[in-house]
Amino acid sequence: MSVEKYITAGCIITKGIIYKDGTSVFENTHDNVEGVLASIYQYFRFHYPKYYKMDNLCKLGWLAAEILVKDSFQKENYQPEEVGLVLANANSSLDDDLKYFETTKEVSSPSLFVYTLPNIVIGEICIRNNFKGEHAFFIQDTFDAGFIEKQVNYLLDNNILQACICGWVDVVEQDYKAVLFLVEKKESEKSVRFSAENMERCFKNAGS
Amino acid sequence: MNSDSDVYIVADNIISPLGSTTAENFSKLKQNISAVKEHDNPKISSKPFYASMFDGYEPFKKDNNYTTFEQLLIASVSEALQDSGIDARDKKTVLIISSTKGNISLLETETYSTVLKKRIALPTSAKLVAEYFGFSNPPVIISNACISGVLAIITGMRLLRTGQYENAVIAGADVITKFILSGFESFQALSPNICKPFDRSRDGLNLGEGAATIILSTDKKYKEPRTYGIKVKGGSVSNDANHISGPSRTGKELAYAVNKAMLDADVSASHIDFISAHGTATVYNDEMEANAFHLAGLQAVPLNSLKGYYGHTLGAAGLIESVISVHSLKQDLVLPTIGFEEPDVTNPLNICATQLPLKATNFLKTTSGFGGCNAAVVIGK
Repeated sequence: MSVEKYITAGCIITKGIIYKDGTSVFENTHDNVEGVLASIYQYFRFHYPKYYKMDNLCKLGWLAAEILVKDSFQKENYQPEEVGLVLANANSSLDDDLKYFETTKEVSSPSLFVYTLPNIVIGEICIRNNFKGEHAFFIQDTFDAGFIEKQVNYLLDNNILQACICGWVDVVEQDYKAVLFLVEKKESEKSVRFSAENMERCFKNAGS
Repeated sequence: MNSDSDVYIVADNIISPLGSTTAENFSKLKQNISAVKEHDNPKISSKPFYASMFDGYEPFKKDNNYTTFEQLLIASVSEALQDSGIDARDKKTVLIISSTKGNISLLETETYSTVLKKRIALPTSAKLVAEYFGFSNPPVIISNACISGVLAIITGMRLLRTGQYENAVIAGADVITKFILSGFESFQALSPNICKPFDRSRDGLNLGEGAATIILSTDKKYKEPRTYGIKVKGGSVSNDANHISGPSRTGKELAYAVNKAMLDADVSASHIDFISAHGTATVYNDEMEANAFHLAGLQAVPLNSLKGYYGHTLGAAGLIESVISVHSLKQDLVLPTIGFEEPDVTNPLNICATQLPLKATNFLKTTSGFGGCNAAVVIGK
């Protein structure tokens, strides 16, 4: 039942640096989180009006997913239901929760309230890419690569999914980190075997 | 059909304003008693609102180490574990926690700091609950909007199927305070009365608080049909990829999850005896669900929504409603949809308006939520 799976792309956004497949592709180490996210969006010349209404968690996850799939993912090889996501973080949607809660003191903001759930970032990535498959958002103290590996293995080994984006997206105030992996059953030029160890290694290389 | 990876429901619990055991809850539901009533609490809302809420839930009054959210989880897991024969400390047992907002209410009473940030984080609560019972494995935490409870059951089933664990204790809870209530108010999603799922004049949801626990096991001793014999047979999750706060227009994606769940359970539409729908009583959710059940060929299957009894209990909803439905299987009685009177003619479904005595073998439980998520699970004998 178990089939070989490969990490066919990786994207890390941390401390103002973006790594694609292990190589630094953009740096902005002098701005705050808002400035960094805005500069990434501009640098890659993304054009997606919905981006502007997102909270920081969604912006970070959306940008990481865009860079992850850019030039690396042949979406047309898959049905929408064959692609899904398994994500985790430590602080759920606390960054937006704090901002929403401030508005409850005057007039509660529905546009902030809708982002007070961690899985909304999955929804935003699904809307962008028309991914309709299985997905789950787990909350973990620190990135549990072994657990994520088993979840993704189950989905791909049982043909519930054929491709899966997995990893970590967390933001609270000025602390942020996104580490996403694209997992497929086909090897590619740059791919490495999908394993907890390989995910762990990328995660550690990206610093804390 | 029994196989090595069959996942049995061993024990369960519901803690709601209607009672602290599943039996108490089921008995109140049988008497058509709803927990939803009008509350006037200026701390939470400037105007009166309808919701299902505990009036000061403090089972461990002397011990203030635990928040209300954690107390609910501990009380629910504790009652479910009692006499279940499951050992929390066993290496083969895993704890799974489901919640949408956990301890978020601490923002309302405490000053934000790095200490409070840590106290609010769900891993802190999960660790406290795990330590209380002595679970030896790290707890799994799921926070995936309103599908969290059903997703927790599916996750537990899969962790057991792969043999990673033999027992899963799955507990969910959410507490309604100003944070959550004000959000749904700002969305204009709340009904000014007891909600009316699937009714033509439905006008929004009620919120509810509560906790529930389901204990699963692959241990063959739970195969005994007279005492146990009820299995989690299959499940599936899908995404609408349409809108973060509104459901799919077609219901196609929920229908996909339903079909996949039936396939996983090795049953077809004709084997589903009743449906426990999400049925939040918002105009768009119920319409989307009706579309989905039509697409899945389930439009004639008796269906209920329990939201008129409990309101929408968020991260606990999938668990509370699954537990009640498990007991419907055991007691041959499908409960009615309180609040439902007049069908919505565009999408006719077989909605239970009164109690339905039914010798059922399988039921389908569905949930959908913000972020475009849908989840379906098939549970049966």
